[in-house]
Amino acid sequence: MTQFTPSTDVDFVIIGSGAAGGIMAKQLATNGFKVVVLEQGGWGKYGKEHEYTKDEWLNDNPGPDDRLMSDPSRQRNTFRRNDKEKAVSGSHSYGCVVGGGTVTYGGSSWRHLPWEFNELSHVGPIAGSGLADWPITYEELEPYYTQAEWEMGISGKRVNSPFVAPMSKDYPVPPVPIKASGALFQVAAAKLGLSVVNGPIAIISKPYMGRSACVNCGMCSGFGCHVKARSSSAVTMIPLAIASGNCEVRVNSYVREISTDASGRVTGVTYFDKDKKEIFQKAKAVVLSANAGESARLLLMSKSPRFPQGLANSSGVVGRYLMLGNTVNASGLMDHPLNDYKGVVTGAGIVDFVPSDPKRGFYGGGRMTARGFDTPISYGLRGLHPDSPRWGAGYKKALMEEANHKFTVTCFVTQQPLETNRVDLDPDVKDEWGLPALRITSTSHPDDFKNMEFFRQKSIEVLEAAGAKRIWAGPPNDSRGGAHNRGTCRMGNDPKTSVVNRFHRAHDVPNLFVVDGSNLVTGGRNHPTMTIQALAFRAADNIIRSAKRGTLNNL
Amino acid sequence: MSPQQRSRRQFLIESVAGLGGAWVAANYAGIIEAQAYVQRAASTGQPIKLAFFTEAQAAEVDAMAAQIIPSDSTPGAREAHVLNFIDRALTTFEKDEQQAYVKGLQDLDAQTKKLFPSATRFSALSSDQQIQVLTAMEKTPFFALVRTHTVTGFFASPIHGGNYNKVGWKLVNYDDSLNHKPPFGYYDAQTR
Repeated sequence: MTQFTPSTDVDFVIIGSGAAGGIMAKQLATNGFKVVVLEQGGWGKYGKEHEYTKDEWLNDNPGPDDRLMSDPSRQRNTFRRNDKEKAVSGSHSYGCVVGGGTVTYGGSSWRHLPWEFNELSHVGPIAGSGLADWPITYEELEPYYTQAEWEMGISGKRVNSPFVAPMSKDYPVPPVPIKASGALFQVAAAKLGLSVVNGPIAIISKPYMGRSACVNCGMCSGFGCHVKARSSSAVTMIPLAIASGNCEVRVNSYVREISTDASGRVTGVTYFDKDKKEIFQKAKAVVLSANAGESARLLLMSKSPRFPQGLANSSGVVGRYLMLGNTVNASGLMDHPLNDYKGVVTGAGIVDFVPSDPKRGFYGGGRMTARGFDTPISYGLRGLHPDSPRWGAGYKKALMEEANHKFTVTCFVTQQPLETNRVDLDPDVKDEWGLPALRITSTSHPDDFKNMEFFRQKSIEVLEAAGAKRIWAGPPNDSRGGAHNRGTCRMGNDPKTSVVNRFHRAHDVPNLFVVDGSNLVTGGRNHPTMTIQALAFRAADNIIRSAKRGTLNNL
Repeated sequence: MSPQQRSRRQFLIESVAGLGGAWVAANYAGIIEAQAYVQRAASTGQPIKLAFFTEAQAAEVDAMAAQIIPSDSTPGAREAHVLNFIDRALTTFEKDEQQAYVKGLQDLDAQTKKLFPSATRFSALSSDQQIQVLTAMEKTPFFALVRTHTVTGFFASPIHGGNYNKVGWKLVNYDDSLNHKPPFGYYDAQTR
């Protein structure tokens, strides 16, 4: 791997190597730019993926070099429901390894639908909501969705449905098996008059681009993929970036500040290396792709006399319109075994309730997915029906009777962007590096709760139609953190109400780009990754175009 | 209990990914060593020596585990060697729970004698009596901890000392081949 010295004025420092950072690195490096990628986490099993453990206990207790997610006891964070509360210790966590969250994610790769880019215009203003139209259209992003699907490797089947985004090209890989839960979706949907589609997923069902196909091992979401079938940034984009000879990936690099000069231009970034030694890496421009929480926190930490509210934050919008991501779960028991622990997590979706419908009396939509995922320890600890005994002969009987018979519906639902929902710097708590901890303040909009209840009822209907018995569904659960965090550096045309422009350039800082889930103006149906990837390809394209015009120095 | 210990327990109970990693990082060499020991013992057929419990403590924990997942016509915690798992866990991943066990076993003894004044120890009670004692304790953090450890040991990879001969996995028809072909279950087979 090429190495640069910190004093080398590289073309770009990219902060983060996940869904967006990996793509930015590959696109910029293969187009001839000198790139340093700073990743908070380690290499994971990069280049020796067959070593990824399938041992559930070990995966839950990773060694120092085997961590794939951030550690809330080091990357501390706090949570409160509203400004009146004192924030308490939080368990928010995100992908923290070369490849970021894409190394361990379930891989759902739904596009946003065309009208999800201007939903405000469709549904009209909602009291208390920050719902807004995007500054770009689906048509502008469509070619980049296609590029992302083909360059990453997405399994799926193109369908013609009002509830699924139209595609200009098929998926490159056929869909993954639909699983027993998917077959039950088809049974229920036929009775209820609903539509089932194969879930597009970043796990290849057939060999693709030199990688082997999924073996349906079942130790999937939360685990690294030992056969490289999951199309993570770490097995798709990063190797190409490094092979270009123009990209260095520096792991265990914890950025604490994006530095600027008196003219307000970015000059580089200051980070802690593995030994917590401070290093300043010079750069002509910076791409911030650290995820919605971390990107906003870093901007807020990068205060200077010229940027007293934090970098790129003259609007005061940095950190705001946070969408953590809500899901609704319901389960029931079937007469025959599903064995849903085999295969990828999600095999099929019911899409009829993706759009909002004014007849329901509130704004909201979502995607119902057949989502079975019971690894043995997790099943034994918390997989049984809530009324089943917790120990003793009754517990053992339930373990045997319920094993592999559970049918679970998980709905990924809208959560509106609210100005008051945000991340900022905790005034008291510090992380292990002595930096202010990420503080999350979040309570979903009343419509979001009504929507979750709607999906809870719909899930029960689907379970009943499929023949499930002893159905259970918890009350609506308002998220406190997690890998689907979005918003916080929203994209827009007006520098007073948004952080970056339609090409991801910070309104306030000409050579700073923010490219990740933080840019999402609205959250779609809580399946963000494919849109983040498409945005990254588009952002890179525009950066390359303007740089090739010779304007990188005065970007 | 320190916040870190609390968070570790919370992790076990709720599996919030990632808590407690700093401790694991500091003790990883010991964890690898413990695994190697269990592997050696398994391959040579040697009984696994206790690493943390005294023989007397081990008998009590074993009796508790055997009530949480009893042995009947099918194997339970005892056949799965859950005791070995817990004993090893308390010198590795779960080292900071050692005191919880020492104290918890004292509470178990006290509860035993409260309900059955003439009893010598929990493990000497009849099964029905043991169930009465544990029912009186089932809301305590100690019981929750032993339950979590018992279930985890029953279903974790045998390399960690429990789930002997994969009896836990076999009980729930879990196929550990890590390589499956559709159809996976009854319902997808029907539609093919």
